[in-house]
Amino acid sequence: MKRHLISAADLSRGDALLILDTAEELASLADRPIKKLPTLRGRTVVNLFFEDSTRTRISFEAAAKRLSADVINFSAKGSSVAKGESLKDTALTLEAMGADAVVIRHSASGAAHRLAGWVRGSVVNAGDGTHEHPTQALLDAFTIRRKLRAASGRGAGLDGIRVTIVGDVLHSRVARSNVLLLSTLGAEVTLAAPPTLLPLAVDTWPCAVSYDLDTALPKSDVVMMLRVQQERMTDAYFPSVREYSRRYGLDTARMARLPDHAIVLHPGPMNRGVEIAAEVADSARSMIVEQVANGVTTRMAVLYLLLGGTEFPEVAS
Amino acid sequence: MGATGYPVAGRDGLAVLDADEIRRALTRIAHEILERTHGGDEVVLLGIPTRGVPLARRLAARIGEFEGLEVPCGSLDVTMHRDDLRLRPARALGRTDLPPSGVDGKTVVLVDDVLYSGRTVRAALDALTDLGRPRAVQLAVLVDRGHRELPIRADYVGKNLPTSQREVVHVLLAEVDAQDAVMISDEGQPS
Repeated sequence: MKRHLISAADLSRGDALLILDTAEELASLADRPIKKLPTLRGRTVVNLFFEDSTRTRISFEAAAKRLSADVINFSAKGSSVAKGESLKDTALTLEAMGADAVVIRHSASGAAHRLAGWVRGSVVNAGDGTHEHPTQALLDAFTIRRKLRAASGRGAGLDGIRVTIVGDVLHSRVARSNVLLLSTLGAEVTLAAPPTLLPLAVDTWPCAVSYDLDTALPKSDVVMMLRVQQERMTDAYFPSVREYSRRYGLDTARMARLPDHAIVLHPGPMNRGVEIAAEVADSARSMIVEQVANGVTTRMAVLYLLLGGTEFPEVAS
Repeated sequence: MGATGYPVAGRDGLAVLDADEIRRALTRIAHEILERTHGGDEVVLLGIPTRGVPLARRLAARIGEFEGLEVPCGSLDVTMHRDDLRLRPARALGRTDLPPSGVDGKTVVLVDDVLYSGRTVRAALDALTDLGRPRAVQLAVLVDRGHRELPIRADYVGKNLPTSQREVVHVLLAEVDAQDAVMISDEGQPS
């Protein structure tokens, strides 16, 4: 494993499987009376959140605390950032406090990468702009493997599993990380989105592209619905929310076109009635609650593998 | 290493126990466990991965043969509780698999292949504390090679093997290594 987790592309198939296998062993911790391990005692994890987030921040906090690390939460609101402090100065402050790992969420693509050049500890990207969100992809892969490859156990990839990612790919760091990671693990990924919501160079991505959700559904083992990110929508990408919902929303009629074993994922937070109907979100196929639980487990695995061993040798600079 | 990837006696070291001797040692330990626990009532066998797990299963099978008693058997991974984690890159975890009856109020027999510094057993005791409160904890090992660094001893020993710290002890088990043997070799030799 590399010292930082910035992009899903940093992970080889072996790295990704090591994380998933580690998470598999850690999953049983949730059923135990004492949900805590002493492994990261005395190490400090800083949650550096420049963007609003509920589940990701809480998930990283729970993961670090279950491994006995000290957690410092930092959110931009009410901090010196509001007074105009730069990312670099914030980073140097954290460095001086002795952070062993920094989990960063930032609205600028590339923020995690920049940060990695300034701090000695490991940097974990918890979402940077429209770029990447690798731990979300890991927890999605873990959820898919547990549900559809339960019998294969440790070391199993996602070979041959057909995943359709639907919606606002253009603004989605979740989609980008998932395409990279799932294809590394052997899954066949299809993006289904209106042409206006696909990025320019999507033909270079390791996946197929379709503008028509209805033809993709019967050939999907997994459907991953993306949130319509109204906060990033500065242009008219589709005529109306209603029309988007009619063509790319997952309702009960569309869900009926899925194979019997197929599951539905959503990274959250959901816009019920826009990209996903409430009946679908609450159905037995929906893995949305499992995804949250698996998020803690997967992030524990990442923190353990980055911080649990010897310190990474200093990078010659 | 031989072509199979496993150590070969004679070339990769000296075989100190062969398959029959391992079988006899385990049979004796199974009897001792039954004696010491007054018939094996409320006993749970927990193997420490990797090779403690098949050893625990073999002991459970023997106790089943002798007394017709089904002894709950599981595995206990100690990686997250080790004191030497920071000395090596993060390593993959083994499996922790408790029998459904749990460990509360039971006599837990920890099973491992080699007892050396005692640090693995120390980690196992910590791991066990987080899982419940056994009535008593005992330790069974196939080989005790000495050189303890902690005040820990085994209750059941297959063979006491005086070694120098330079030497390496390999326990091979059919479930993992395709053969049963205990070998000892110098560190300097290919292993």
